Amino acid sequence: MGKFMQGYLDEQFMELEELQDDANPNFVEEVAASYFKDSARLINNIDQALRRGPLDFNRLDSYMHQFKGSSTSIGASKVKTECTMFREYCRAGNAEGCLRTFQELKKEHATLRKKLEHYFQVQASDQLCVINQLQNMC
Amino acid sequence: MGVVTESQFHVLAVDDSPFDRKMIERLLQKSSCQVTTVDSGSKALEFLGLRESNESDDPNATSTSPEVEINLIITDYCMPGMTGYDLLKRVKESAAFRSIPVVIMSSENVPARISRCLEEGAEEFFLKPVKLADLTKLKSHMMKPKLKKESEKPAAEVKPEIEEKESSVIEILTLHQELDSEQQEPVLSNNKRKSMEEVISTTDR
Repeated sequence: MGKFMQGYLDEQFMELEELQDDANPNFVEEVAASYFKDSARLINNIDQALRRGPLDFNRLDSYMHQFKGSSTSIGASKVKTECTMFREYCRAGNAEGCLRTFQELKKEHATLRKKLEHYFQVQASDQLCVINQLQNMC
Repeated sequence: MGVVTESQFHVLAVDDSPFDRKMIERLLQKSSCQVTTVDSGSKALEFLGLRESNESDDPNATSTSPEVEINLIITDYCMPGMTGYDLLKRVKESAAFRSIPVVIMSSENVPARISRCLEEGAEEFFLKPVKLADLTKLKSHMMKPKLKKESEKPAAEVKPEIEEKESSVIEILTLHQELDSEQQEPVLSNNKRKSMEEVISTTDR
């Protein structure tokens, strides 16, 4: 995975790769897709909740609890950090902090998405290379 | 007689998050378990054949038992409606199902929550994200009720009490279906684990 992903994904991502095998060759990609589907929904909910004033910090914290959970499970370390900060601002009732952190979170999330898309594309073309090479050997 | 079927442990996994369901399902499959996932405590009870109302004293209440025998229930703690704790209580209150080991998962490390669950009869409390290494502990929990049943049969050679430290040996033992009268046969090959990857998993959607 190397330098390309450094900082964005932690060892938990490697745990996911351990779960991939011949019977489930696309597990990591599938679980990443599931994560982005889930998190897109949560981002949308949080966006809407942040537009309503006064802020419902309990509700926001609850959304972020879910977001942090799945981000942790996929190994998204930067996103996870932003989630933690957001929750602290919620508990402190700090609206401005929430808004600021959420902007950062969305940025990190979007960056991670791009990086993972690229990562899976590279993997797929690597696999094609291997297949081509094997075919050429026959 | 034909092919000897190894009895696989069947786990019922309960989580309201589709992402988490996918994770726990793969983890369990990778640990050579058959898995059924449901998205709520009430669906879990439904699957087990327990009706919502408490019927432990009603003789007519042993409703249709499921086609599969569940060896372990693993459930998320935080779920809307019925929490994992509520589900744990219901299972432990049921005469028919209280022997099924229950494991709770949570993304939050709350000591009071953990002790409450353990006191109510949960076997383990796992912090999310659950890792493959965590699941190896489950095998010994799933073995205990099976071994206890086996020991009640005259032909069994199994000691009723297995200590924790022997769990590495227990991991590679497989038991035949309880309906079979065959004795258990220890499997000593590590390659067995790989070949057992081809599991048939049922997923509740």
